Amino acid sequence: MDIHEYQAKELFRSAGIPVPPGEVARTPAEARRIAEELGGRVVVKAQVHIGGRGKAGGVRLASSATEAESHASDILGMDIRGLTVGKVLVTRAEDIASEAYVAVLIDRRRQSPVFIVSPEGGVDIEEVAAERPEAILRLPVDPRYGLLPHQAFRLADFLYAEAGHARQAARIMDRLYRVFTSNSCSLAEINPLIVTVAGQVRAIDAKVSLDDSGMKRLPELEALRDTSSEPASETRARQAGLSFVKLDGDVGCCVNGAGLAMATMDLVKYYGGRPANFLDIGGSSNPDKVVAALEIIASDPHVKVILFNIFGGITRCDDVAKGIVEARSRTAIAPPIVIRLSGTNEAEAIEILGEAGLAAYSSMDQVVERAVRMAGSA
Amino acid sequence: MAVFVDDQTRLVVQGITGRDGSFHTRQMAEYGTRIVAGVTPGKGGGNLDTGGTRIPIFNTVDRAVEETGANTSVIYVPPPFAAGAIMEAADAGIGLIVAITEGIPVQDMTRAVALVQDRGSRLVGPNCPGLISPASRTKVGIIPAQVTAPGPVGVVSRSGTLTYEAVSQLTRAGIGQTTCIGIGGDPIIGTNFIDCLSAFRSDPETEAVVMLGEIGGTDEQEAARWVREHLSKPVVGFIAGRTAPPGRRMGHAGAIVSGSAGTAREKVRAFEENGIRVANRPVEITDLIREALGP
Repeated sequence: MDIHEYQAKELFRSAGIPVPPGEVARTPAEARRIAEELGGRVVVKAQVHIGGRGKAGGVRLASSATEAESHASDILGMDIRGLTVGKVLVTRAEDIASEAYVAVLIDRRRQSPVFIVSPEGGVDIEEVAAERPEAILRLPVDPRYGLLPHQAFRLADFLYAEAGHARQAARIMDRLYRVFTSNSCSLAEINPLIVTVAGQVRAIDAKVSLDDSGMKRLPELEALRDTSSEPASETRARQAGLSFVKLDGDVGCCVNGAGLAMATMDLVKYYGGRPANFLDIGGSSNPDKVVAALEIIASDPHVKVILFNIFGGITRCDDVAKGIVEARSRTAIAPPIVIRLSGTNEAEAIEILGEAGLAAYSSMDQVVERAVRMAGSA
Repeated sequence: MAVFVDDQTRLVVQGITGRDGSFHTRQMAEYGTRIVAGVTPGKGGGNLDTGGTRIPIFNTVDRAVEETGANTSVIYVPPPFAAGAIMEAADAGIGLIVAITEGIPVQDMTRAVALVQDRGSRLVGPNCPGLISPASRTKVGIIPAQVTAPGPVGVVSRSGTLTYEAVSQLTRAGIGQTTCIGIGGDPIIGTNFIDCLSAFRSDPETEAVVMLGEIGGTDEQEAARWVREHLSKPVVGFIAGRTAPPGRRMGHAGAIVSGSAGTAREKVRAFEENGIRVANRPVEITDLIREALGP
């Protein structure tokens, strides 16, 4: 789960990482009040879960509270790559002497946390990595020891020649690693980490992603979730314990298992259709989950047909069939449903569906082709 | 022959008294797997009846190994305790640890894999369906045995039901398997594609390999290069997630395209460039394997 910059800065602040003062505003008037309290120049920053805010005009400098208010009124409600801005961070503008990049993240290949730092901050780090790999230091951390003092200093030394700056940065590395571990992060990034004209090292941007699995142990982090930045269907699916991603096609997909769910979406495209969603109902054949899945998919007005693809291994096909029949009796599902069931108790399942007037296919290709055709002619 | 699990496997089930643990223990026993012990802290001294044999339960893996000579463990322990269970097994000298549990915190896993490596054990998973070697009727995990059959194909996959789908199509076409391995859908896993391909290379019974990959990470790309340099047996590949949007997690914690890395297109290209024949649909896997095996 991604959290907003202002929330990430709150985590930084409480860990002792210096960040400029600022507050989040939901209205232009609030932005004005915050700017007045901060005094001087401020930056008004869109709070959305997507990169490239600056290029989209979502980050603006204001030299007065009046200007901050007017920027906030421009940015609030703005659409940045499909996301509507509901909040802005109003923060003190800093006089920047230099910008660096610092991140700690989980490196899949090394199977450990790794620090990535570069004296070239404020830009896209993937570009720096591609063009000037020598400007980047990657330092893996043994999770059993944590970030050792000499490692923190080595990172800092790579960024700054000036001893005073390096000392401040080493402390920041140490604290950033603590933020990373104590909040079960998959990423904690400062881009840029700046040195002010007065020689102070500060984080003026913050990006934090939390590991969904780790969050279960830290329920207080759930409060950081911003459901306004996701489709209502995704919020609902999460509450129902379903793994769901909304897409923009018209073939609704309900599948057991993530790999098979992806393969089913791909097959929809192969036959010329467009999947409306990714949905994994998991191993459970609990009818409540099937009902929730059907309701969520059917609530998308673009969906013209709902495709079930169930491979019964541990999941029993007859249980899923009962779930589908029960779901239809509990709630009106407008789009037609096409079903493929194969594996454990397949014959029983086909009988249950047959009694309810539903036909089942046993081949994945057949059912997907049929679904795509139905969506095309609907 | 087979890889990783066979008739030498002496299995201990960690979390044997839980709902999933007891259910799958019975399934594994019924299939023919030699299960010598179970572990649930606090339930030592009891046993689990699998309809014929009673499996003794111990409080610790260490005791189970001492008393029964267990050499392989399978873990059905809930996520908050699962990394601990993996480390306990490694500390007890278990050679092969198979972690089925989904949802283990990634940072827990970074510590667990480091310890497993130090102890010289092999971890398969987590968040995986486990392994099955049909010829010796040995199943460690949750793969439904009825979709498999003994034969010459090694299968290695990052997913569960997609594997069952592919394997069941092979079996229906009369093509059996040496071993099917689910390596897991998490970003950090103990055994990767190359480890499995390398084992299949050394297994004289394995004549061809099916590799089922998906979006996220670079494991498939590295495996593809490895195949070109080290494996003369034919490999057929499939990549799930061609229609997945970037930056979104597709069910599996590891199935996410981050930045420009880990796309299906990149993986398919790596397969093709390195002599791995790519199935565009699951059903093509069987056709390509049939061609690869020849008459």
